[in-house]
Amino acid sequence: MLGEILQSIGEALGLAVALVFSGDPDLLEIVFLSLQVSLTATVFACVIGLPIGALVAIGRFRGRNAVLILMNALMGLPPVVVGLVVYLHLSRSGPLGFLGLLYTPTAMIIAQTILISPIVAALSRQVLEDLHAEYADQFRSLCLTRLQTIQALLWDARYSLLTVGLAGFGRAVAEVGAVIIVGGNIDHLTRVMTTAIALETSKGDLGLALALGIILLVIALGVNAAVQTVRMTAARQAYV
Amino acid sequence: MLSKPYAVTAVSIFLAGAATAQDMSIIVQSTTSTANSGLYDYLLPIFQETSGIQVNVVAVGTGQAIKNAQNCDGDVLLVHAKASEEKFVSEGYGTVRTDLMYNDFVIVGPISDPAVVSGMTDVQGALGKIAEAGALFASRGDDSGTHKKELSLWSSAGVDPTASSGQWYRETGSGMGATLNAGIGMGAYVMTDRATWISFGNKQDYQISVQGDDDMFNQYGVIPVNPEKCPSVHADAAQIFSDWLVSSAGQDAIASYKVADQQLFFPNAPTK
Repeated sequence: MLGEILQSIGEALGLAVALVFSGDPDLLEIVFLSLQVSLTATVFACVIGLPIGALVAIGRFRGRNAVLILMNALMGLPPVVVGLVVYLHLSRSGPLGFLGLLYTPTAMIIAQTILISPIVAALSRQVLEDLHAEYADQFRSLCLTRLQTIQALLWDARYSLLTVGLAGFGRAVAEVGAVIIVGGNIDHLTRVMTTAIALETSKGDLGLALALGIILLVIALGVNAAVQTVRMTAARQAYV
Repeated sequence: MLSKPYAVTAVSIFLAGAATAQDMSIIVQSTTSTANSGLYDYLLPIFQETSGIQVNVVAVGTGQAIKNAQNCDGDVLLVHAKASEEKFVSEGYGTVRTDLMYNDFVIVGPISDPAVVSGMTDVQGALGKIAEAGALFASRGDDSGTHKKELSLWSSAGVDPTASSGQWYRETGSGMGATLNAGIGMGAYVMTDRATWISFGNKQDYQISVQGDDDMFNQYGVIPVNPEKCPSVHADAAQIFSDWLVSSAGQDAIASYKVADQQLFFPNAPTK
């Protein structure tokens, strides 16, 4: 049994390598769209999530604990529920149907942004709160405004926040539940890596599905390696 | 500080909206079997070449396809559950339903054949034996055309399988391919359309156990979504596509699609 599994993984690896080196335009299109959608969603999620995370990190207000619990709980938003809610809004019969966004990459970006913004907000809140505890006295002695404090914290924590962004990206690029509902897995339009994997699995083409999964994994590795390189280069320069 | 990204979002939303507003692209809400079997990959380039219309296919179960079309999220409906399709038209969501093509359902099972139904043509008899033996049976359980058909066959066999749901009757609540994967994984009998089965890649030790009953007939229909109900649909392009499918050119194209030397769909649109 184990031998068979290892053999099929080996075959899938071979298929993955062959697929990549064939430069198949369909595959490149799907890979490119996956990256485009999930990276864009990550950027939007950071734009939304980092300020929220920072505000909650330094803020002291009534109901703060409830907000913390809510933020942390929303990290577990089920993609398929997010997809359904976005579908109901973007559907032609929904409130935003006039925009004609359903079954477009934009709809997929919206869904993934909603999915991962809580992750960015909750994780950055933790990072920034820990950092703030360290610097709180110093900030007070400098009489920094709230905005200046947030700016200083975000800047100082930028490398840790990169990891937060990567966590969001990882969630986005790996999910299938939301994008398959709002994107529709339309060939040459909204098909991404995960929906392609789901499709090949449903066709019973398990080898190809596994090969695509391996390629997705390598892409995630590549993105993480790229970010790590940026981080290390920046860190080196900071010490020169 | 935040205004710039929001402006970018607004612009990108606007651009995407404009891009989908062009008339030369339509969305077909379709059953999975026609998509998974590769029929569209074969048909659509032919159609696009003659018409210049880009056809985008959303492949979901028949039940969901009809609901999506009722929400005006498609221009053409192509499914296989005649009663539901006629209801769709009579409620005003579709203009006209036309028979498009057919094939048939089969019951696939493991070669070991625990219910001893292999080779049977009487589907009700076979289902009765499966129930009697308590042999595993994996059902779609998702309100799809295949699921509706399966339930009607159980009913005519005089068996209520849902009473044994979770025991020998396993409702996967998934698409055809996922249900086949699950059924094959647990050694269960599965009812599937022949097209999906022929093009299915994970057959393992499975074979067609039951086939050839007239009750296993599987009719596909095509319906343009009604612009009176859904003003946003691309009615002209949808009509052109629907007309082409039932024209002799479209019907010939359907007949010429083969997988492993077997014809998957048999055109039967009424000749005008």
